[in-house]
Amino acid sequence: MSLQSPLGRVLGYGSAKEGVHHWWVQRITAVALIPLTIWFVVSVLALPSFEYATVARWVATGWTPLLLVLLIAVMTWHSRLGVQVVIEDYVHSGAKTLSLILSNFAHTLVAAAAIFVVLRFAFGGAA
Amino acid sequence: MPDRPLSPHLSVYRFKYTLVTSILNRATGLVLTAGLLVLAYWLMALHQGPESYARAVGVLSSPIFKLLYVGLLFSFAYHLVAGIRHLIWDTGRGLERSQSQKSAWAVGIISVLLTLALLFVTFAQRGAS
Repeated sequence: MSLQSPLGRVLGYGSAKEGVHHWWVQRITAVALIPLTIWFVVSVLALPSFEYATVARWVATGWTPLLLVLLIAVMTWHSRLGVQVVIEDYVHSGAKTLSLILSNFAHTLVAAAAIFVVLRFAFGGAA
Repeated sequence: MPDRPLSPHLSVYRFKYTLVTSILNRATGLVLTAGLLVLAYWLMALHQGPESYARAVGVLSSPIFKLLYVGLLFSFAYHLVAGIRHLIWDTGRGLERSQSQKSAWAVGIISVLLTLALLFVTFAQRGAS
């Protein structure tokens, strides 16, 4: 039996079946970040030095670029969702919309820039 | 700002230490977001070439950044352990009050030990960064 009113049905109101989407993606990205962040921290701490040549070789070698791209994409996504909730909790009125837009822009920019650098080194574009 | 009470109602809760584990998870998440900016800066400096990169490493190994790395390592350790606690909760386990009080202590102790281990590897084993 549907509890929807005939008018509501005609107008197409009701659940879009996306109520848990934010929650679910936050969890999925959290699970993916467990191995990715552990790999990243271990790899960076294992670098013999932070000199240009060493780091440039590390970024371009083996599976590192693939893992870095995954890490950056998933981490910025997870961060975006988390920052969004913080803004929604503490920022109100007009500043809320502006903050959310700025957060989305910043996260997209960080992800695109970081992935661009990794791919450039991976495909040998660096002189 | 609307003239009505807005969630979260921060002032209505009696203080309890389990509350700290929740707000710390959010705070460490924000610190890690700052870490994301550092990662992007590091990679973009790499893109700029050896000279710019050397300058950036100079900035990134300054005392203020070393302090930030301590915060980042703790935030990584805490957010990882507390996040796993949240994922376990999501399966419906460990939600009883006595269980969540125990796991709050476990999160604190494990994340501090993990932080100390990471700090040791970062600063004692190697002077750099």
